[in-house]
Amino acid sequence: MSDLLNIAGKHYQSRLLVGTGKYADFAQTRAAIDASGAEIITVAIRRTNIGQNAGEPSLLDFLPPEEFTYLPNTAGCYSADDAVRTLRLARELLDGHKLVKLEVLGDPNTLYPNMIETLDAAKTLVKDGFDVMVYCSDDPIIAKQLEDIGCCAVMPLASLIGSGMGILNPWNLQIIIENAKVPVLVDAGVGTASDAAIAMELGCQGVLMNTAIAAARDPVLMAAAMKKAVEAGREAYLAGRMPKKLYSASPSSPTTGLIT
Amino acid sequence: MQLIINGKSRDFESANLSVADLVSALKLEGKRLAVEWNGEIVPRSRFFETQLSDGDKLEIVGAVGGG
Repeated sequence: MSDLLNIAGKHYQSRLLVGTGKYADFAQTRAAIDASGAEIITVAIRRTNIGQNAGEPSLLDFLPPEEFTYLPNTAGCYSADDAVRTLRLARELLDGHKLVKLEVLGDPNTLYPNMIETLDAAKTLVKDGFDVMVYCSDDPIIAKQLEDIGCCAVMPLASLIGSGMGILNPWNLQIIIENAKVPVLVDAGVGTASDAAIAMELGCQGVLMNTAIAAARDPVLMAAAMKKAVEAGREAYLAGRMPKKLYSASPSSPTTGLIT
Repeated sequence: MQLIINGKSRDFESANLSVADLVSALKLEGKRLAVEWNGEIVPRSRFFETQLSDGDKLEIVGAVGGG
């Protein structure tokens, strides 16, 4: 069965997108990403270290851009201008690469997104030819507006970035998914495999996570668990779950032929 | 000349420096990076022809781990 994730016209086998931050070292980053099966990986754009350790390996040595689809992000940006500037540099850095993850934060304590700045940045980036996957609050109206602007995917939070609190408002996510004509991915808040499975069962097209894998006691094993959870959740969604009934008067075993 | 690179002031003996010369002087040759020069991105193809002047502000960035 071919059931591919379609983002901005490109198809992917894996519906699990992973970040590359917070790992012990690059070797662990690589091992976890291999175990996750992810094809799309996020990276941050930062000032290069100058004058120190010129020869030391970089993330790109372990995760060659030819092997993965890079998704440069705007983590740490608190204004539309900073986010746009960062992604224009990312595009140059990655040889004209158009697919990006936009996030504009509003508060350093909660890392909650600033949706006014995000909408502003999204407009500029879409006009500038970027394919914008956008991190957002789980507000169905905002999600629709981001889609109308031309974002290629909307990525509402399940709960706060790095919190591992899981899916706190499945009802909002469901409204967003039902109304969306572009892929909806849960980004942020997944803590363990069941969270990822629930996101997929709700009808998400994919899940993006970083801390849930990197901060697990065994990141590589958790990456493998997340791969299975996303696949299981997707298959359960496609299979169509049975309706919930408070009492079932329909036993699974035959009611005839009982030994009396 | 003096240049502001990634927010820090640095002195260079040469008064005639291109972006390519700077990248080489900083031992960043062959690294994947992007350069912003006084607020404008300098495409890699223009590193050799872009001449720097005293007081120019540069940002040199790369990709790092992030979520």
